[in-house]
Amino acid sequence: MPLRTVTNPVKAGSRYLSGNDAAAEGAIAAGCRYYGGYPITPSSEIMEYMSRELAPRGGAFMQMEDEIASISSVVGASWTGSKAMTATSGPGLSLMQECLGYAAFTETPVVLVDVQRAGPCTGQATKVGAGDLMAVKWGSHGDYQVVALSPWSVQEMFSLTVEAFNLSERLRVPAFLLAEEATGHLRERVDLPESLEIYDRDYQPHEPPFGCDEPDGIPSMPRFGDGENLLVTGSTHDRWGYRKTEGPAFHDALVRRLSQKVLSRKAEICRHEGYYLDDAELVVVAYGFTARAALRAVRQARRGGLAVGLLRLITIWPFDDELIRRVAQGAKGFLVPEMNLGQVDGLVRSAAGDTPVKSLTQVNGSTISPASILAALGEMR
Amino acid sequence: MARSMEKYLRPEVKTTPFCPGCGHGVLMGSLLRAIDQLGLDMKNTLFVSGIGCAAWIPSPNFAADTLHTLHGRAVAFATGAKAANPDLKVIVISGDGDLASIGGNHLIHAARRNLELTVICANNMIYGMTGGQMAPTTPQGHLTATSVQGNPYRPFDLVKLVKGAGAPYVARGAVTRPYELIGYLKKAIASPDFAFVDVLSPCPTQYGRRNKLDSAGAMYERLRGLCQESAEGTCAPGDAGDSLRLGEFND
Ligand SMILES: Cc1ncc(C[n+]2csc(CCOP(=O)(O)OP(=O)(O)O)c2C)c(N)n1
Ligand code: SF4
Repeated sequence: MPLRTVTNPVKAGSRYLSGNDAAAEGAIAAGCRYYGGYPITPSSEIMEYMSRELAPRGGAFMQMEDEIASISSVVGASWTGSKAMTATSGPGLSLMQECLGYAAFTETPVVLVDVQRAGPCTGQATKVGAGDLMAVKWGSHGDYQVVALSPWSVQEMFSLTVEAFNLSERLRVPAFLLAEEATGHLRERVDLPESLEIYDRDYQPHEPPFGCDEPDGIPSMPRFGDGENLLVTGSTHDRWGYRKTEGPAFHDALVRRLSQKVLSRKAEICRHEGYYLDDAELVVVAYGFTARAALRAVRQARRGGLAVGLLRLITIWPFDDELIRRVAQGAKGFLVPEMNLGQVDGLVRSAAGDTPVKSLTQVNGSTISPASILAALGEMR
Repeated sequence: MARSMEKYLRPEVKTTPFCPGCGHGVLMGSLLRAIDQLGLDMKNTLFVSGIGCAAWIPSPNFAADTLHTLHGRAVAFATGAKAANPDLKVIVISGDGDLASIGGNHLIHAARRNLELTVICANNMIYGMTGGQMAPTTPQGHLTATSVQGNPYRPFDLVKLVKGAGAPYVARGAVTRPYELIGYLKKAIASPDFAFVDVLSPCPTQYGRRNKLDSAGAMYERLRGLCQESAEGTCAPGDAGDSLRLGEFND
């Protein structure tokens, strides 16, 4: 069974850490043994940590010449059997897009930590933003799926990095830890477990590495050097990796399988938390750092007699529209506060049916305050 | 391909994708002979290529692990694979456009880092696959789909470029001189350092047609005339300048 319980290789117990350091420790704990990266604020501390910690554990660290090289090297390393990761922020993410599509199409497990800053372009390099949600899902050409998890605490910078590795290895898809500058640079107490569950790649000798009988199946994954004469290509390929670029039905079926292997497992992948939802008339839908402010605002509103609740999205991609549909049934309205001009708002709207959705957007490089959310809730009653 | 080399090819692949007279087929044969003479363990050898006609030399032809990547990125993929598993022999083989234009930055940085990679450039001085546009290796004055008046720019001398970036083993061969070429390829593959071989390889379809060398034979004759090599592996200038000197360029 590829899922196994291991002793946490990083120091367990109660620790005081930054979010970026916790993500790096989560990667080590999950078994990451290759890191290729290029410095960019506000993610660089992850790279610095990996440069110190990988070699002593028999892993490899490469400071590459740019982000295109970083993610390319991560894909190369992943096919040798290493769990592999890179971390970046907005401009670096833009450079990685072509290879992100390569990873999705070749079913290569890779973990990408995106510590988001205020964009577009160089934007405000040291300031917070959450503008990359659509870019991680739609930035590469063609149709593909990724997994993206949105932490709201240093604790989750650790645990969701482990989860990103597990999902990436299990589904053979690129998985994102979609954090924000505020969480990456936040320092708080975390409890690191003595042991944790990690997922190791599933390899069945002589099985086709790029296809199986189920239309949403996940093939077995060998490594270079296993003697399988692997053919890995970014061109349309058959189940053994042979280029097969003729035949419309064939390409159609391949692209659909790659999509379905993620979408058909939404129930396993999608996680959320609900606060005060049972009797809530107004529901704040929030994710990442903004959900912290939202929870505070919801508690204050409750004290003021407002029947409000918080739906915190942990998984952003695949998007759990079924969850929104369910919550919409008991709600009179949604409020979606975001550090962008409404990227998740559109997704909530399309799932909410007749339930009205109000968007609270802010792109000024600072976090949304509980007071702003409280004020917006006040306007909705 | 000679029968004795067929063991290195996938039986499922019946034909090569190259045009008649393309130098990439000769390079493919020379590489397999070098591998054969070295007795390389194909199970522990990874071939990495980018995008372009040359990238199809290993993929899907070679019966080994092959990684056919993105245009320009072969060296970067190879760097990750080699760093993560140093026991793998990693050989990059791709086109001049792929390695020196879009991928130029990866090439010089890999040479600088001196990780043990063998990089073989199938240099046809043009973009073959996309229809014969100017490459960074196209000689000045030569005609391409994007330089119908003649290329106004100087070509890269890839040997000097990679040498300047710090590669300990650098050579230039030509498919018109396969025996020397096999020798260079063997040395490059056996090298414990970053090693680079620039291989002049005619493209009759895109290059020849535009430059009044319509037949494969005419292209080979021209290449023979251009390339010279002295006995000790030092270089003699060809009539088109430094970027066509053959030989090994070690310190
Ligand atoms: C990012 C990107 N840009 C452009 C292309 C189109 N493209 C495919 S092959 C090629 C040129 C290949 O030339 P070269 O590397 O010299 O190889 P050759 O075909 O001559 O052997 C180009 C520009 C691409 N595939 N990807
Ligand atoms: S286009 Fe040129 S490089 Fe490509 S296969 Fe034909 S002859 Fe060879």
